Amino acid sequence: MDFSFTDEQELLLDNARRFVAERYGFAARKHILASADGYSAAVWKELADLGFLALNVPEADGGLGAGPVETMLVSMVVGEGLLVEPFLSSAVLATRTLATLGSAEQRARWLPKLAGGELIATLVLEAGYGRDGHDAIRAAGDAGGWELSGRVPVVYHAGIADLLLVAASTGATPGEPDAVFAVPAGAPGLHLASCTTVDGQVAADVELRGVRVEKSARVGGDARLGLAAVVDYGLFALCAEAIGALDRTLATTVEYTKTRNQFGGPIARFQALQHRMVDMLMRIEQARSLVYLAASRCDDADGEERERALSAAKVLVADAARFVGQQAVQLHGGMGVSDEVAISHYFKRLLAAEIRFGSSDAHLGRYERRLSAG
Amino acid sequence: MDLNLSPDDVAFRDRVRAFLATELPADIRERTLSGTRFEAGDVRRWQRILHDHGWGAVHWPAEFGGLQSTPIQQYLFELECALAGAPIQLAFGLRMLGPVLMRYGSPVQQQRFLPRILSGEDWWCQGYSEPGAGSDLASLKTTAVQNGDHYVVNGQKCWNTLGQFADWIFCLVRTDGTAKPQRGISLLLIDMKTPGITVRPTVLLDGTPEVNEIWLQDVRVPVENRIGEENQGWTYAKFLLGHERANIAGIGASKRELLRLKRLAARQRRGGQPVIDDPDFRRRLARVEIDLLALEYTNLRMLSAPANSPSAGIAASILKIRGSEIRQALSELLVEALGTAALRFAAHPVADAADAEDDGSAGLTAAYLNLRKLSIFGGSNEIQKNIISQTLIGL
Ligand SMILES: Cc1cc2nc3c(=O)[nH]c(=O)nc-3n(C[C@H](O)[C@H](O)[C@H](O)COP(=O)(O)OP(=O)(O)OC[C@H]3O[C@@H](n4cnc5c(N)ncnc54)[C@H](O)[C@@H]3O)c2cc1C
Repeated sequence: MDFSFTDEQELLLDNARRFVAERYGFAARKHILASADGYSAAVWKELADLGFLALNVPEADGGLGAGPVETMLVSMVVGEGLLVEPFLSSAVLATRTLATLGSAEQRARWLPKLAGGELIATLVLEAGYGRDGHDAIRAAGDAGGWELSGRVPVVYHAGIADLLLVAASTGATPGEPDAVFAVPAGAPGLHLASCTTVDGQVAADVELRGVRVEKSARVGGDARLGLAAVVDYGLFALCAEAIGALDRTLATTVEYTKTRNQFGGPIARFQALQHRMVDMLMRIEQARSLVYLAASRCDDADGEERERALSAAKVLVADAARFVGQQAVQLHGGMGVSDEVAISHYFKRLLAAEIRFGSSDAHLGRYERRLSAG
Repeated sequence: MDLNLSPDDVAFRDRVRAFLATELPADIRERTLSGTRFEAGDVRRWQRILHDHGWGAVHWPAEFGGLQSTPIQQYLFELECALAGAPIQLAFGLRMLGPVLMRYGSPVQQQRFLPRILSGEDWWCQGYSEPGAGSDLASLKTTAVQNGDHYVVNGQKCWNTLGQFADWIFCLVRTDGTAKPQRGISLLLIDMKTPGITVRPTVLLDGTPEVNEIWLQDVRVPVENRIGEENQGWTYAKFLLGHERANIAGIGASKRELLRLKRLAARQRRGGQPVIDDPDFRRRLARVEIDLLALEYTNLRMLSAPANSPSAGIAASILKIRGSEIRQALSELLVEALGTAALRFAAHPVADAADAEDDGSAGLTAAYLNLRKLSIFGGSNEIQKNIISQTLIGL
């Protein structure tokens, strides 16, 4: 067994970290958050130049066809730097949707542009894992094509996407999407109500009021298995992001307690706080182990193994996110609740990670249904 | 043992209820029950109404215009107010400075300041913490040097709650730099309009400018605005912090939030059913309700103990820790009940969105973030545990 990364993977990690250190400091990020678009097109272009957006594009489609570990490493750095650019939305979720389900023509049309950062896409789907979701978008077919109706709340990056990949139900299973349709931004009947998410990213409530698309807009046929795999992959990337954010949260807290003096010395000398930080560390390490396991299972042909590993990872990531986030704030004292200090931004990112891609209840439920027999 | 309210207390509670039913303005009530944001105007207006009807300070002695209620009645008053949707009463004047003035202030100071606290005319804020002095308050550095009949004050205060609305600030300052830290501190009352005071908001993680940094540069404060004796400020400050036990647990606010949670969970749907019918969620709801019930009776048990018994002394720390934890747990469950919608923050209002029939849920995520402060301010929970281990367990 080998938990180490290859030299190429270490290099990828170094490159990503160097980029964030140079380009994505607290002040730079604050500036991006306050900008009209809510993300940086320049940063996005640079992420493309670094090859990160091509990781999930197959080689045959002009990409790098990299494996889960590469996505994990870049996602971790996205979390470390609290990037608000649509890496997860576009370069993982949407890209993998097209790569998994798309026809040769669809792939040739969109994947190179996604890899190059010229196109931003997002998957419109409430990843509620059966438990948390509302009704899916409905797709009604007729001779001329499809008509899409329904609403999905808080879709990350929907407002800045050129292309929306809308997961919808054609009727066989009303709650469960079984098809994907490519809808261009600005399509008649497509209504976006933009909002900012708690972790400072741009999102929108997406509503489709009888949006008409041609037959050729359908991405793949029965999309159920493909979508489940893609969403689990997105969940995996989200968990990896959280690990990056968790690492920085703990490191920042340790550093703070070593330099913050009260009662004549650093507060890190109080055992109550030392043990708290030990508890934080243990939760992070437990979560990290399951995210590594998820990396080796998220491509699994065996859906059950994949689902178990991914749900297990999400449960412990959510647990760590809540505990570590809250305690980091606590150990910072008043500084922890200030918007002007990084720790509160990590706290908010970790809250979002806890909520997104299914709650702990939903994932415990899925794991429970797949309890191993032995 | 009899854990029922006495007939007197029941009668008191009924009077409070009758008063709230007729005098709490509907618009204020609606804002408090539905929203989670703080409205300064509501606080001022409500204190005025309370005062006009003789409820301005139920915990104050009659000689200062209070109702001189028993601790249990004070508790009942706050509980009923919170449940009815009344805004908070500002603690800084009514609960913190007021009792200090009564105990240590001169008759002139009492006559000058107490009536205006009671009526809500003066808004007070608390100037204790400094960048270098949080938990270790006694290390504060803001100096006051006497010059004739004035002190000249220089320094910086921080985390000053709602100071942007304040008319006055009570400030701990160092008047003797050579003595042991606790021995060289004095308590000054400073008019916020005095030249040399600069107030700069600190934006908190929920986006609100709830606290401020305050710079004092050559601020001249009449010596007559010092409380008690010079260099005895630490005694007064400790009195001030330890005084409050009837409502430090915030039972009323937590009960109100529990009701909000049940309403929200009945309305929100998840996987085809109301969240409140979800067995996992219900269990957590039951658990927090049990914790709150226990705290309620711990609080009542402590309030029923004679005022100077040892168990009254340790009460405040236990109540503060558990009270803050339960309030925070409720705010977590509110976010959980919202599900994905909790991700939406600072939403631009949209008339036709399905979630627009809003009972304040837009502010629930912000409230969760904001309430992390409860375990930090007013003596962090770690500091409270130090106090309990020293005083209660004797470690
Ligand atoms: C929203 C908000 C409003 C506030 N309003 C006011 C106000 O109106 N007026 C005012 O004067 N102040 C106010 N404060 C300040 C508040 O009282 C301080 O934040 C608090 O005393 C903690 O101090 P600190 O922030 O410097 O944290 P620190 O003292 O630096 O503490 C950092 C961490 O170390 C821990 N710690 C410190 N000492 C010990 C120890 N001995 N053992 C174990 N752990 C320890 C703390 O518990 C905390 O977790 C407010 C604070 C907040 C957040």
